[in-house]
Amino acid sequence: MDFTRASAGPKPNTVYLFGTCLIDLLYPQAGVSTVHLLEREGVNVIFPQAQTCCGQPAWNSGYRDEALAVARAQLKLFPRPIPIIAPSASCAGMIRVHYPTLFKGEPDEASTFDVADRVYELTEFLTDILKVDLTDLGEPTTVATHSSCTARREMNVADRIDLLLDQLQNVTRIEPDNAEECCGFGGTFAIKQPEISTAMVLEKAKAIENTGAQQLIGQDCGCLMNIGGALKKQDSQISHVHIAEFLWDRTHKATP
Amino acid sequence: MNDARNTILSRLKTASIDQTMPLARNISNSVNWSSNYKVQLFRTQLQSAQAEIYDATDHSWLMTLQHICQAKYLKNILLSPTTSWGEAIIENSTNLPSLKYYDDPVENWKQTLFEGIEAAFTSTYGGIADTGTLILWPDTQEPRMMSLVPPVHIAVIEKSKIYNSFAEALKAQHWNETELPANILLISGPSKSADIEQTLTYGVHGPKELVVIMV
Amino acid sequence: MTTKFRTQFAKALAQHEVRNNTESVVNKLRKHRLAAFPDQAEWISMRRHSTAIRANATSKLPQLLEQLETNLQRNGIQVHWADTTEQANQTVLNIMRFHDARFIIKGKSMVSEEMGLNDFLNTHGIECLESDLGELIIQLAAEKPSHMIVPALHKNRKQIARLFHSQFPSIPYTEDISALAQAARRFLRHHFATAPVGLTGVNFMIAETGTLCLVENEGNGRMCSTAPPVHIAVSGIEKVVECLDDVPPLLGILTRSATGQPITTYVNMISSPRKPNEKDGPTAVHLILLDNGRSRIYSDPELRDTLNCIRCGACMNHCPIYKHIGGHAYQTVIPGPIGTILEPQKNGLDSYGELTQASTLCGACQEVCPVSIPIPKIINRLRWEHIRKSSCSTPGAGSGRRKTEAIIWKIWAWNCIHPGAYNRITSVATSMRRLADRILAKISPWTAARAVPRLPDTTLHERLKALKIDNE
Repeated sequence: MDFTRASAGPKPNTVYLFGTCLIDLLYPQAGVSTVHLLEREGVNVIFPQAQTCCGQPAWNSGYRDEALAVARAQLKLFPRPIPIIAPSASCAGMIRVHYPTLFKGEPDEASTFDVADRVYELTEFLTDILKVDLTDLGEPTTVATHSSCTARREMNVADRIDLLLDQLQNVTRIEPDNAEECCGFGGTFAIKQPEISTAMVLEKAKAIENTGAQQLIGQDCGCLMNIGGALKKQDSQISHVHIAEFLWDRTHKATP
Repeated sequence: MNDARNTILSRLKTASIDQTMPLARNISNSVNWSSNYKVQLFRTQLQSAQAEIYDATDHSWLMTLQHICQAKYLKNILLSPTTSWGEAIIENSTNLPSLKYYDDPVENWKQTLFEGIEAAFTSTYGGIADTGTLILWPDTQEPRMMSLVPPVHIAVIEKSKIYNSFAEALKAQHWNETELPANILLISGPSKSADIEQTLTYGVHGPKELVVIMV
Repeated sequence: MTTKFRTQFAKALAQHEVRNNTESVVNKLRKHRLAAFPDQAEWISMRRHSTAIRANATSKLPQLLEQLETNLQRNGIQVHWADTTEQANQTVLNIMRFHDARFIIKGKSMVSEEMGLNDFLNTHGIECLESDLGELIIQLAAEKPSHMIVPALHKNRKQIARLFHSQFPSIPYTEDISALAQAARRFLRHHFATAPVGLTGVNFMIAETGTLCLVENEGNGRMCSTAPPVHIAVSGIEKVVECLDDVPPLLGILTRSATGQPITTYVNMISSPRKPNEKDGPTAVHLILLDNGRSRIYSDPELRDTLNCIRCGACMNHCPIYKHIGGHAYQTVIPGPIGTILEPQKNGLDSYGELTQASTLCGACQEVCPVSIPIPKIINRLRWEHIRKSSCSTPGAGSGRRKTEAIIWKIWAWNCIHPGAYNRITSVATSMRRLADRILAKISPWTAARAVPRLPDTTLHERLKALKIDNE
């Protein structure tokens, strides 16, 4: 998909955070770290407390009325003309690519174009707009990366995670074999087709295990939960962590 | 079946058609290589498809043909007696295997064609450099099965008729302004298959060997 | 919920030999394709051009079909239209009977697979013989193709060696691929020479000139369309292109996408039967144009893109699901991502709707599609049609709607549009996380291969509130 932004814009003072439901419920520290990373760059963060989910699970399952209702509830929460940051390419992609289709022919269709243009995946925003300059304070370590399919093929930002990690002096980044292949999460796919999903995640987990890395880093918690869960089930020593949390942990001075 | 025709077409015609995306046909990559480069590319591409290539001149190609026939121990070769190439071969047939002519409709000698002919010699209508391809326009003189049935196909091509690309050949030879032959062939190597384990093997149904003499 | 397809998928996953064979070939095909498009910018421009050619042809489909028919007839090729596969089969049978023929030799054709032609002709006492090496293997094994381009990709050389040895006892057992191919050559050669009728598929039909293009490597398509006195070509109505100039770009991207070749060994362009004074070629050439649901698909502007497919197989080669389950698990004529959107539309969502679940929507298929078919978007659309309440043009719409599932989504949506309720539930879940963990651990589809994610003690909403992050 060829998406070019109407405006890349200068560095903004204030942004919205779209925390995503998965981070809200399972990986809140990724969301907190996102706020820290943004604030350190001098960006004020607004987190509308009424936000819930972007609607993607229903959209991908064919429940368009339900997806539309949920999406519409989010749409109203981000009225100011400032960027919306999602620490997930999957949710950012939903808003950016699918909202305009979902709202096609609806009275509020036009506002989806505006919101779609303002939404950024976190690593995309850190590199392209904030142009962050990171200083690594952590111990030497080796990490494996997993870019989500939405980061790769929907948002076209798969390389941003690499650009950020490569700024960290003590981090060795390894890309697993078959990196471009889906981990088998696919939202409700993992529940509806668990046998295929399992075959896919086991292959992915093996490729990551083969890197010999200490940690698995990704920009999407769905994939991380899936691959991380498989690694853990196999008693692997590789832990998984969201890029925001990893970056913040390694680059801020702990207050004594 | 006329019913089916009308049903299908009327269903298609009731569909609403959006503005289609623009199709600019003349922007296709118009490379223009030197004749030397074209010949070289043509050769490399055909060789990588396992064809044998020989360089010859207007004078030496007959000797090249003799050499090829001897090296392959060919007992016979099928050719057209009426093309200028065929006439030249007939005049200098001393060191050549037994010459066979396709002068009867195939029905009268199909069995022999399939089982008794070892090689066929044909001319070509042109060549394509970027894919390493022979263009054949079979006709009454050189019927289409000559390049299909015998295990060895020897083709002669004039270097001057090698085009950059298929797209260019179509245009340069004005295909859309002529009555097309019953069958046009683009041939880019000997017959092959990768249907077993995606491993290439040659000579499945068509010729096992493709030999190209460039003059 | 265990269903027909889930059971079939699980069975396929347990077939390790098939999985290994499929994965090994698919990996080779991926590598070959990658090497065939070394320059990203060139790929983009080739793809844009091919997409425009197909979109243009599809937008003018009825007019181009009429033009094609006129030109084919002027050239002496007989054109038959078939609304259904039954009509198409009957047409083949009529032609066979007209020529008093009891044997037909076939080149590779997915449309003839779609028609179920071999079974149909067999019941009418006509013998069919497949001559594409892969198709021959499949026919000898009494199976169906598992791939559009490489029909026997699920079999390795040892399995094929055993098969050939059992079918042709006179041929010594060999695992040598070249020797196996030569055995097929010897076996088929006599049939090419004697068959009264040959049948092939078609890759492109050129409206401007009335020409049928066949693309292949082996020569079986040439044999079937040249050696027998009668040639029957079968094609879906969507295979038409406007003019000769449209062929080189499509051909170039087709062969590169399929197997990484710049061109196939043979491109066979047929414009007429044998002409006066010609010494070979069939004296009668027939084209059967098959609809079988295509004109219905055509009626919907979004679903219509399905018909732009040029059958290169790249989508299945790059599909992680195809790689794991193989082609047979789809139980369709055309497997993989394109089959996932094509087959439910053709045959009904009631019988094939669940296939739309066989996708993570990862987008690998669309990424490699030479004519940019938005496969994930169409899968999404068909998932909607599968469960929607109102009817639409796709047969079987609404057949996948399950009350419990619909209620779950309703509750989920209500919860998500009522932030108060949403926050209370997530907050309760995290504060009672020991209990929640135990409940989660019972989601067996998930926990069979994965540990359950541990719930944190507080949600992001709570943490950011505590940090006094601006809530506008």
